[in-house]
Amino acid sequence: MIDLDTYVQLLGLVQNSIIAGAVLGLVGGLVGVFVMQRDMAFAVHGISELSFAGAAAALLLGVNVVAGSLVGSLIAAVLIGLLGARARDRNSIIGVLMPAGLGLGILFLALYPGRSANKFSLLTGQIIAVDSPQLAWLVGISVVVLVALLLLWRPLTFDSLDPDVAAARGVPSRFVALAFMVLLGLIVAVSVQIIGALLVMALLVTPAAAALRVSASPVLVPVLASVFGLFSAVAGILLAIAGSLPISPYITTISFAIYVACRLIGRASRRGVRVAI
Amino acid sequence: MTAPAGPRAHEHPVRVLDGRVDDERRDGTDVLRLERASLGFGERTLWSGLDLAVKPGEFVAVLGPNGSGKTSLLKTVLGQQPLDSGRVLLEGAPVRRGDRRSGYIPQQKLVPPGTPLRARDLVALGVNGHRFGLPLPRRGERERVDELLASVGATSYADRPVGSLSGGEQQRLRVGQALADDPVLLLCDEPLLSLDLAHQRGVSELIDRRRREHDTAVLFVTHDINPILDKVDRILYLAGGRFREGTPDEVLHGDVLSGLYGSPVDVFRSHGRVVVVGVPEAETHAHDHHHPDEHPGIHA
Ligand SMILES: Nc1ncnc2c1ncn2[C@@H]1O[C@H](COP(=O)(O)OP(=O)(O)OP(=O)(O)O)[C@@H](O)[C@H]1O
Ligand SMILES: [Mg+2]
Repeated sequence: MIDLDTYVQLLGLVQNSIIAGAVLGLVGGLVGVFVMQRDMAFAVHGISELSFAGAAAALLLGVNVVAGSLVGSLIAAVLIGLLGARARDRNSIIGVLMPAGLGLGILFLALYPGRSANKFSLLTGQIIAVDSPQLAWLVGISVVVLVALLLLWRPLTFDSLDPDVAAARGVPSRFVALAFMVLLGLIVAVSVQIIGALLVMALLVTPAAAALRVSASPVLVPVLASVFGLFSAVAGILLAIAGSLPISPYITTISFAIYVACRLIGRASRRGVRVAI
Repeated sequence: MTAPAGPRAHEHPVRVLDGRVDDERRDGTDVLRLERASLGFGERTLWSGLDLAVKPGEFVAVLGPNGSGKTSLLKTVLGQQPLDSGRVLLEGAPVRRGDRRSGYIPQQKLVPPGTPLRARDLVALGVNGHRFGLPLPRRGERERVDELLASVGATSYADRPVGSLSGGEQQRLRVGQALADDPVLLLCDEPLLSLDLAHQRGVSELIDRRRREHDTAVLFVTHDINPILDKVDRILYLAGGRFREGTPDEVLHGDVLSGLYGSPVDVFRSHGRVVVVGVPEAETHAHDHHHPDEHPGIHA
């Protein structure tokens, strides 16, 4: 453990990472609500592996890693969106894409001559979060996703519930579905930078899954999901500063603990103890 | 289970402003017209040369064995399935996708438990679910949703999560959702499937009352004619690539159905119910997904 002074100093250094983590946690929680409703947890995993391949390629070529990560993410998201309109098709496409992406990424890393600690941060997260110039990108992308998601909110809710009826009632369902995939691709690329490709679901699935355990309110679920995401990300980074471990195990453990707590609360409330709406 | 009275006709905003339109509708412009419509997939023709005109307030049942093209017919009317030939007109103009003048109640599927929507949110999606932009409520929307909930008898469970409601309760909400914009045409795909008798009666009465009070035309796909036998004006019967259209007495007739199926079929009536006997195996079992034992009109 380190003493308080050093900690406060470090805090100043990683201030930007904390901001990035907070924004990512919040937006990831919201996106997660739709990931759950559209039954897309597996797609999140698939996209993150291709995002990892993109980032690894960028590392090897010496170009911007965030950009590489974005390209990989978006290709995967759009492919899954176009080819996998139906759940069954979607799962097989993801099942095919995922090992291909992971394999490519590992190949690029193997060819990369740099230090191996950097390499594996793409898979399992950073020691502390990314450097400053990239942070601006991460926050910027997250904000774009947030705004777009709010504008899409109602048609996306309708389409997630019942695409046939939504289409009959004038929702452009193909556009809405594809737009959501693009937003998912963007936020996955951001998450890969902070928490690592293998652990992206801890911010894009777990918080929303936890919120859905304790509430069925269309207002409370997104609010709780983003609060859980934000808390996991920020608390994870604050704990990580003190030690020498990457931030991801802290984030994943906190978000998992929240999920377990929500399950217990949810069960208690179904037994009659009325905790949440 | 009976629903409380819905909004009275004279209270209805559209009616007050647009009484004229309603008169016009009554005067006989067809809400829906199919002209020489044909549809098939691959080698197989579902129906061809289909002519159908539905007037305001008319209740038309679509019957036929599994795979005869009933759902495809609704998809065509929704503008989601192009015809091979012929035309579909909604109030005189070709149908287009996402036209809010038709309300749609899909072949029933239950909302999974844990879906973060309450009963009122499901109905609200009919009012504003197509609108992009920040999801903030507009003035009057809540009242409209309350009104719709009341009109389908769902006020008592308006704030319960949809996923926790019974099939019949969910189906009432879907009716409410479909009625959000005062549709001129209501398309229902087996809305009574897997409901118990009380809910079958409740939901079909809801739809029947709607067309009486608001002149909404109804196209109602069903396997079993009996729950709605006293309500339908006409029947469109699809089978074996052919079709027959007419009043229940004209269509539910041994000779007519024998002609459609190309083999002897008998129709019996007893205690106000219709029983069809002798529907060829191939027709009923070729496409049985979830209702293998129901023949059209059969509930002996
Ligand atoms: N897009 C499509 N492409 C190919 N075939 C299709 C398509 N849509 C429907 N079909 C076929 O057309 C036939 C009629 O389907 P449809 O869903 O209209 O039947 P249905 O009368 O509603 O049957 P059910 O009573 O089982 O609901 C089926 O054999 C189906 O496989
Ligand atoms: Mg069907």
